[in-house]
Amino acid sequence: MSYEFDFSFLNEYLPELWHGIWLTIGMTFVSIVPGFALGTGCAIGRLYGPPWVQRIVTIYVEGIRNTPLIIQVFWLFFGLAVLQVRVGPFPAAVIALVINVGAYTAEIMRAGFMSIPKGQLEAAACLALKPSQSLWSVQLPQAVERVYPALVSQFVLMMLATSIMSQISAEELTGVAYMIQSFTFRGFEVYLVIAVIYFVMACLLRLTLLGVAQVSFPRKRRLGTPL
Amino acid sequence: MNAATKISTATASATETQIMTRSDTPLVRFQGVRKSFGELEVLKGIDLEVVSGEVVALIGRSGSGKSTALRCVNGLERINAGALTVCGRELHSGKVDLRDLRQDVGIVFQSYNLFPHLTVEQNVTLAPRKVHKIGAAEARDLADTVLAQVGLSDKAKNYPEQLSGGQQQRVAIARSLAMRPKLILFDEVTSALDPELTGEVLRVIEKLAAGGMTMMLVTHEMAFARSVADQVVFMHQGRIWESGKGDMLDKPQTPELRQFVGNGL
Repeated sequence: MSYEFDFSFLNEYLPELWHGIWLTIGMTFVSIVPGFALGTGCAIGRLYGPPWVQRIVTIYVEGIRNTPLIIQVFWLFFGLAVLQVRVGPFPAAVIALVINVGAYTAEIMRAGFMSIPKGQLEAAACLALKPSQSLWSVQLPQAVERVYPALVSQFVLMMLATSIMSQISAEELTGVAYMIQSFTFRGFEVYLVIAVIYFVMACLLRLTLLGVAQVSFPRKRRLGTPL
Repeated sequence: MNAATKISTATASATETQIMTRSDTPLVRFQGVRKSFGELEVLKGIDLEVVSGEVVALIGRSGSGKSTALRCVNGLERINAGALTVCGRELHSGKVDLRDLRQDVGIVFQSYNLFPHLTVEQNVTLAPRKVHKIGAAEARDLADTVLAQVGLSDKAKNYPEQLSGGQQQRVAIARSLAMRPKLILFDEVTSALDPELTGEVLRVIEKLAAGGMTMMLVTHEMAFARSVADQVVFMHQGRIWESGKGDMLDKPQTPELRQFVGNGL
């Protein structure tokens, strides 16, 4: 059995590949910050909010974490169409990713907040800090630092999950790959290349988030020890 | 042994409020204070007064209620009955703004509870910056001042984990001092330290006492209580069993205190 590898499509479809790569990167970076903010807000709401907030957050978090992302994407995309709201594939994909990663981030951040010793909260309260000041200056930095590896993992997973967005015609990397292989019939080579590109992007994302940590956690940068 | 007084739940009249503001009024006044955790009554009617500039040492076995009594003073625990007035605020009324109270009443914990992600200087200045809204330059000066008071001027840029237990506890004291409190509570602040580190922390507290700071300490350091405290309070089973000057430890009146100091010294 002999198989002639043919990577000539790389040259021919380079602009499309670049376009797909940029769309994937764009979706990922646009979704991380709002997703993190949403998740952190939900974690705080679930921990310290009034009962009705806790209930709403719990329904949201469990609803998202127990259904497939692609169903959420379809539901949002076609649901918005039913409501006569016209949203392009890219914004729809970003909204879906933010909602999805927000739910997972909420649970990760909740674990982070819960891991802070009670004495820290007591000390902050005894120094006459408002609950909001204690949350912002004492709890949030410690919570993020403690769960940072889990957050990085979640954001990388989210980047990989963008590969389903071609289903709503957001032509990200996987969508481009499907298009190329349907023209060239070189599925094996195409998806091999795509896998390598995803791998490199995931590594770059991890490196970027590592850099963010270096800037955000001066204590860790100086001492290199966990909290 | 102090006779347990009837619980007085007198409401604050205008005249009483005037008396409160007189300088010889105690900074802290317990009147028949009771506190329960569920079924367990931990404080069974405490009467105690702490005047400005006084150092009061609370001693007693674990479970005698001394830490609970201390934690009532800054509102970490709410009393169930009786009256507790701290810095002119009636904690039993249930209408006290605890954040306001805690600007006057500092506390130092057994486990330091420094913020691990902040430098020593940031630990010390966080509350003054957030609560008193002081600027960066003023915060630096304040940190210099209070860290000098505890002998740690050279550690401002270090993180808590780089310090010994004794040094961390001194930073915690400095953090409390930075709020310029009228009263500082010390909750077994040397219990986690070895004798040498205990000594360095006690010397700082002694210096504060000499400087006129009003303090309430829960402590197991009998020698320290005897020499530094103006008033020693021996608690037993949720009551003040015996109290007096430091030398009361030399001539205990009750078998319980005799046994306690016998074991402790």
